[in-house]
Amino acid sequence: MSKDESWLFEISSKRKFLSLNFKEIWRYRDLLFLFVKRDVVTVYKQTVLGPLWFFIQPLFTSVVFTLIFNRIASIDTGFIPSFLFNLAGITIWNYFKICLTGTASTFRANASMFGKVYFPRFIVPLSKVISNLVKFGIQMIILTGFYVYYVLDGAQIGLGWYTFLFPLYLALMAIYGLGIGMIISTFTTKYRDLSILLTFSMQLVMYLSAVPYPMSEVTTKVPSYAWVVEYNPIAHMVEGFRYALFGGDTLSFDWSVLGVITLAGILIFLLGLMLFNRTEKTFIDTV
Amino acid sequence: MSIILKAENISKQYRLGLVGTGSILHDFNRFWYRIRGKEDPYLKIGAVNDRTAKATEDYVWALQDINFEVQQGEVLGIIGKNGAGKSTLLKLLSQVTSPTTGVIKSKGRIASLLEVGTGFHPELTGRENIYLNGAILGMTKAEIASKIDEIIEFSGCELYIDTPTKRYSSGMTVRLAFAVAAHLEPDILVIDEVLAVGDAEFQKRAIGKMQEISSGQGRTVLFVSHNMASVQKLCNRILLIEHGKVILDTLDVDEGIQRYLQTGRDQLKAKLNERTDRKGNGFIKLMRVGIEDASGNEVDTVITGSKVVIKFECQKKEGELKKVAIAFSVTRSNGTLLSTFVSDVTHDLFNLSESNSEVSFSCVIDRLPFSEGTYDCNVTIKQDNQVTDWVIKAFGFTVIDGDYFGTGRINPKSHSGVLIDHHWSKN
Repeated sequence: MSKDESWLFEISSKRKFLSLNFKEIWRYRDLLFLFVKRDVVTVYKQTVLGPLWFFIQPLFTSVVFTLIFNRIASIDTGFIPSFLFNLAGITIWNYFKICLTGTASTFRANASMFGKVYFPRFIVPLSKVISNLVKFGIQMIILTGFYVYYVLDGAQIGLGWYTFLFPLYLALMAIYGLGIGMIISTFTTKYRDLSILLTFSMQLVMYLSAVPYPMSEVTTKVPSYAWVVEYNPIAHMVEGFRYALFGGDTLSFDWSVLGVITLAGILIFLLGLMLFNRTEKTFIDTV
Repeated sequence: MSIILKAENISKQYRLGLVGTGSILHDFNRFWYRIRGKEDPYLKIGAVNDRTAKATEDYVWALQDINFEVQQGEVLGIIGKNGAGKSTLLKLLSQVTSPTTGVIKSKGRIASLLEVGTGFHPELTGRENIYLNGAILGMTKAEIASKIDEIIEFSGCELYIDTPTKRYSSGMTVRLAFAVAAHLEPDILVIDEVLAVGDAEFQKRAIGKMQEISSGQGRTVLFVSHNMASVQKLCNRILLIEHGKVILDTLDVDEGIQRYLQTGRDQLKAKLNERTDRKGNGFIKLMRVGIEDASGNEVDTVITGSKVVIKFECQKKEGELKKVAIAFSVTRSNGTLLSTFVSDVTHDLFNLSESNSEVSFSCVIDRLPFSEGTYDCNVTIKQDNQVTDWVIKAFGFTVIDGDYFGTGRINPKSHSGVLIDHHWSKN
């Protein structure tokens, strides 16, 4: 019999603690792009307004936020026009939210497909993050439009060195969304409680993540409860994202904070990946 | 020839019942054992995969200690009764889930077809779905692009290729999906019974394509099916699984199929002699019915067109009995009468001598005319026009499609029934 033991791969119950097979993902890159294309193309098929729906949700939410938080509750956004302030917060929050919820439902939403064919499961959350980038891009277009309008209108905002932080914060949001999403996806395959929790908690987390207010409002108005927001990395990312867009002193920025949340993000991502790797092998038996 | 795939001691354990608080407890217990570096405590228990017995434990072994090797270019047929563990084995081979113990080693890329049309999105057009489905099955975009015309042509959906698949009939969707699958070119192809789809004409093309894939191009194929006709045609090796274990691994395909037809026969052997719901004076009583194939093996599943012998073992009262006749009817499981086999019509009356208290009759059917399905049979025994025994559903048998007409072809499933010998000619 053949003594040649050069097996291409092995299927067993043993698993590596952490594995991200880049070679395999690269081999399936076409599938990744087809998933992205499917997600983008099919969302608004057979709707009249089509991609316009990408605009409508953040616009209306910003209008309502401006009315309630800035006009009625008189939250101060400094020299930044409050509508623009809210629009920026909602745009980046939306990206985080759809990345997280998209990733969290990976196993359950694709159970029928995962039950029949093997491909690197990580492709699915990855495709979500990328296709959501397209939605984010479209929302950035209107944000840019209003940005230009307010600058021409005389608002004291502009680009600066800090603009280079923009892609960094976007990437951080993707990493957090993926990481937390993968952790949740793991637990929802067997015990569904977490997915029920997720739907209503996202709304609450948004309010704790400095979306409708700058962090300085919390530290000055309710200093004793400020830790709720200050220890929330998402709040720092929303704040940082705004800083990257507007600069100025209403928003806080600190390199050490950025360092800490980056490190925490990588750790969360690795933890998520580890759990995801464990789950993908046998989840089909319990889902 | 070289080994391309090797399964070593693979087992798969499943938990029975619902996921609830009890399973949390087990999960914690398992975790506790693992952090202390001990073996999973639940691996030691677990029942054998036998659906007929009531579950006594929380765990069951769907597969247990499976070992086999597959040579390059082999077409391995994996057969077994429902619930024997075939599909679990395919799931393990296609990496959908991992084995509880053991390891599968492979030297080639495995593509699995446990279903056609995986990942089809109803909003996408036929063409877009070909790309998506192809990519899910492991093809690259360039590979699909080079075959797209062939795929479209094979599917026979040219007209609708740029229409969303939600407007397709289910048949069209399946044809399109199969067309993609048929153009896969992996080192190892794992196929579940996806052939049983589409209309007769498409089925023929599908089987033709399968044959081409497996024979012409030296591809290694693992094929799971209940359809012995296609197993016989396609495979050159048989792996027979029963209760989660390999009970036969043979290169003799006919022998493998033979064993498959025999499995489970014992429990089906009706306790005819214990039945009391019968009529007649009891002079001659039917005790047991056995069905034998051409080579005299007792079976409970027979193939259309093959020779079948039905043996009736009876107990008779002392003394000489004259003018004995035996008859049985064949009905579908829904009760439709298909045919009767009456001994005093085709043979003559039997005269039984006084010496034996046991007597047996045989009815030989040279070419079984029934098509795939299960059939029930009522038996009547008469003596001098008096009913001595009459048993409803005294026995039954299962038929699987075979080559009745000797042409290598099988009647379309949707038009099945009783096959009648006939000839066609052109005048």
